[in-house]
Amino acid sequence: MTRINVTVDGVSYSDEVEPRTLLVQYLRESLGKTGTVIGCDTSNCGACTVHLDGTSVKSCNVLAVQADGHEVTTIEGLAVDGELHPVQQAFHECHALQCGYCTPGMIMQACDVLKNNPDPSEQEIREGLEGNLCRCTGYHNIVKAVQQAATSMSSQAVSS
Amino acid sequence: MTITEDRAADAPTPEIGRARTRKEDQRLITGRTRWTDNIQLPGMLHLAMVRSPFAHATISAINTDEAKAASGVLAVFTGEDLKDIQGVNITAWPISADQKTPDHLPVAVSHVAHAGEIVAVVAARSSAEARDAAELVDVDYDELPAVLDLKQAATDSVLAHPGLGTNTSATWQLDSASGGTGGDIEAAIATAREGGIVIEREYRQQRLIPAFMEPRSTVVDPTGEQVTMWSATQVPHVLRFCIAATTGLQESKIRVIAPDVGGGFGGKLQTTPEEFATLAVARKLGKPCKYTETRSETMVSGHHGRDQWQKLTLAAEKDGTVTGLKVELMADLGAYAALVGGGVPVLGAWMFNSIYKFAAYQFNVTTYYTNKTWVDAYRGAGRPEATYGIERLMDELAVEVGVDPLEIREKNWIKHEEFPFTTVAGMTYDSGNYEAATAKAKELFGYDELRAEQRRRRESNDPVQLGIGISTFTEMCGLAPSRILGVLSYGAGGWESASIRMLATGTVEVVTGSSAHGQGHETAWSQIVADRLGVPFEDIEVLHGDTQIAPRGMDTYGSRSLVVGAEAVIRAADKVIEKAKPIAAHMLEASVDDIEFSAGRFGVKGTDKSVSMPEVALETWTCHNLPDGIEPTIDADATFDPNTFSFPHGTHLCAMEVDTETGATTMRKYVCVDDIGNIVNPLIVEGQVHGGLVQGIAQALWEGAEYDDQGTLVTGSFVDYTLPTSADTISFITDHTTSPSTTNTLGTKGVGEAGTIASTPAVVNAIVDAVRSFGVNDILMPCTPERVWKAIQKGGAVPVEGERDAQPHFDEGAPNQDPGAASPESASEGSQS
Repeated sequence: MTRINVTVDGVSYSDEVEPRTLLVQYLRESLGKTGTVIGCDTSNCGACTVHLDGTSVKSCNVLAVQADGHEVTTIEGLAVDGELHPVQQAFHECHALQCGYCTPGMIMQACDVLKNNPDPSEQEIREGLEGNLCRCTGYHNIVKAVQQAATSMSSQAVSS
Repeated sequence: MTITEDRAADAPTPEIGRARTRKEDQRLITGRTRWTDNIQLPGMLHLAMVRSPFAHATISAINTDEAKAASGVLAVFTGEDLKDIQGVNITAWPISADQKTPDHLPVAVSHVAHAGEIVAVVAARSSAEARDAAELVDVDYDELPAVLDLKQAATDSVLAHPGLGTNTSATWQLDSASGGTGGDIEAAIATAREGGIVIEREYRQQRLIPAFMEPRSTVVDPTGEQVTMWSATQVPHVLRFCIAATTGLQESKIRVIAPDVGGGFGGKLQTTPEEFATLAVARKLGKPCKYTETRSETMVSGHHGRDQWQKLTLAAEKDGTVTGLKVELMADLGAYAALVGGGVPVLGAWMFNSIYKFAAYQFNVTTYYTNKTWVDAYRGAGRPEATYGIERLMDELAVEVGVDPLEIREKNWIKHEEFPFTTVAGMTYDSGNYEAATAKAKELFGYDELRAEQRRRRESNDPVQLGIGISTFTEMCGLAPSRILGVLSYGAGGWESASIRMLATGTVEVVTGSSAHGQGHETAWSQIVADRLGVPFEDIEVLHGDTQIAPRGMDTYGSRSLVVGAEAVIRAADKVIEKAKPIAAHMLEASVDDIEFSAGRFGVKGTDKSVSMPEVALETWTCHNLPDGIEPTIDADATFDPNTFSFPHGTHLCAMEVDTETGATTMRKYVCVDDIGNIVNPLIVEGQVHGGLVQGIAQALWEGAEYDDQGTLVTGSFVDYTLPTSADTISFITDHTTSPSTTNTLGTKGVGEAGTIASTPAVVNAIVDAVRSFGVNDILMPCTPERVWKAIQKGGAVPVEGERDAQPHFDEGAPNQDPGAASPESASEGSQS
């Protein structure tokens, strides 16, 4: 067992973990962060995407011990004081989710895409989300939601 | 389409038809979800399955000693240990009286018939310990020869189940002459051979994997008076029945809950070995148990879809008037007859004739066993296969006659003034307007301009050719009238149930037997009830997916929820109004005959006196002053059994660019105009169409379950089974025409499967259209660059010799391109000819 110190959604945790424990297993099983889900075992689907120090990672592809000393944000920590993140709001308004299983990972990845490129073209959005699979929406409304979020985030940035 | 939240206060705007954003979303976008795998119970054990690596073998010995001794392991069970209580995975639809159906044990006892079948179950403190110990279970197998290929299976040279003596499960036929719905097919073909047109084709429906995003998971808690099972299922009610029917547990002792379920697409329309094994182990140990599969386990163990060979013979007159269609299907069931099983191809029987007026028709299917994963419903279930067959054939007929493929369709389809129309397969289509949908689709597509561009590219011998694909589809949905199911020997009814509970404080609980897993029923049902009862959308709670809360139900599949399930909701709401009227009359000191209900209020005719629905609910609850002899409740139940199906239709147009030098394909444009009757929520409908389109397009271009010659699933993970990504797909143009269904109150038709049913032939027709001048008339799905390139090479016809213009075929950076398909590595696949 190895001791790790991790901050997840603003809360500090100090835990003993098996070295082989994946970050997603640690989040779900030790911390109860079940908003982050597992969709595959080959790191193709991206359902488990979280932010590690502000950058998106597939948490099935990171060991918990690698998160030692770092900060993790999950879908559960994205809304601040009950106010939805613009990407969450856009997913709701554009009907960018159906069953909702890929949604946490998709939203976390969309945030990352917009962080790196605040004004992406449709093609840039599509390529930015390529590592996240959705079986329900055909991606059409997800792309629209990211476009809408980009617009609302840039107008927020201007007004603030 | 722009999304507007029109929340005008006190406006009596009908909820039905509004693009309401979904109630369900708030939890899902913030991670407050209740997937089965999220459930943790005190003292819960975790299970891991030991699975056969062989496609076909007998089990000679299983040694569990080492596994049992491993850290944290409480028990290891073999099939032998569980055989008295594990039950059996049954098929609900034997398609013939003499169907051969091998027993499908959840945990195999002596014989495994496909790779991935469960042979032992480990129960441990953690899932990691369970998986570790599963590696230590030592199984001795005696390998048997495996039959993998469907056509080989038909020869019985190798048997999937030696005990059956044959691989043939059953045969089934629908014949228009003997059924009295049309002429004699053999006569029609014979006539066409003499001076008409006969088109004979064999098409392949490859095996697909449903690939819902949430892997299946089951939790069983045996510690109460009822055993509670949570499962990632589309069919909690069917599951409860099947457990009671086969395990010895009384139905009244079983509670099944489908909590949040992450997609299904038919893939969770099943009662699974894993559910039954988890139940058996939990009962043995008396402890809560959880089993969650890995994605790799989903791929080998969750049922697959499609997998048919279709031999089709179309007879027509010289002018293109179709006189008959003969369908001969071979369908691969995999190792076992699944829940719907052989019934899936049978569902295609009424759909091969599609929207057309054929004089004679015959449908034949034979189902076979092979040593591969079992096959069952996948989005569309029988209808996509049929639509593919007929829509590909109509294109072939157009070529033969020498007319535009839309023209040949129009020549043969049912005209809008001919509805209701009884087809050659015996189905009565109540409504439709194929002309209107097609006209709108052509306009949105820019059909004539694209045809002109196609001609220009042909004439200039452009290395990138353009093809236009058409699919004018219909489907039957709203499964299903119980009497018809009875005639077909299906093991259950097709009704749906609902209850409405009027709470004392004015809010409403709607209990539905439908079991949503992404469809948005909570939102749509709320809209329907809000209109019906005149209560605010926000005051309605929709409850489902738990046999204790919604005790009666037939669940969600076959585009049935709105047209059957919501109809039950409407009827329950109408009963609430009728039960409330005498109480309202009493409150208003008026005669019941003078009470009118409108916009949520009971009024007295000719006066301004009225009481609201919540006031009546409260009055009923206090029960202080009700009319004499009246039952003090206005809650109501309704069960609706449909008389017939509903028949959505639509025209789908697809433009594909094909690089004839590499075989790479690029989707340029996709337009669909669907007629799904009246629409409750356009936002939800668009979402269903988009997702359905991509699943159908994926069959045409990317997906296929492939086995090696040992019977190992080669496409056993998301690395090899290539689901489309956002970068592979484009944005779609969707629209609607409306001819309301006459078979339900709201005039709705189903939409859940429409996109998937229609899109596959549209895409393949487009690709074949692009390269037909090279002598190509078919390409196996998925139409990979390699297959397209090889088809072009094999076709061998170079339409125009000479210099080729290297004209750019798309604008750099423009949307709606498909760079994946045009990448260098995919282009190089076809270097071997």
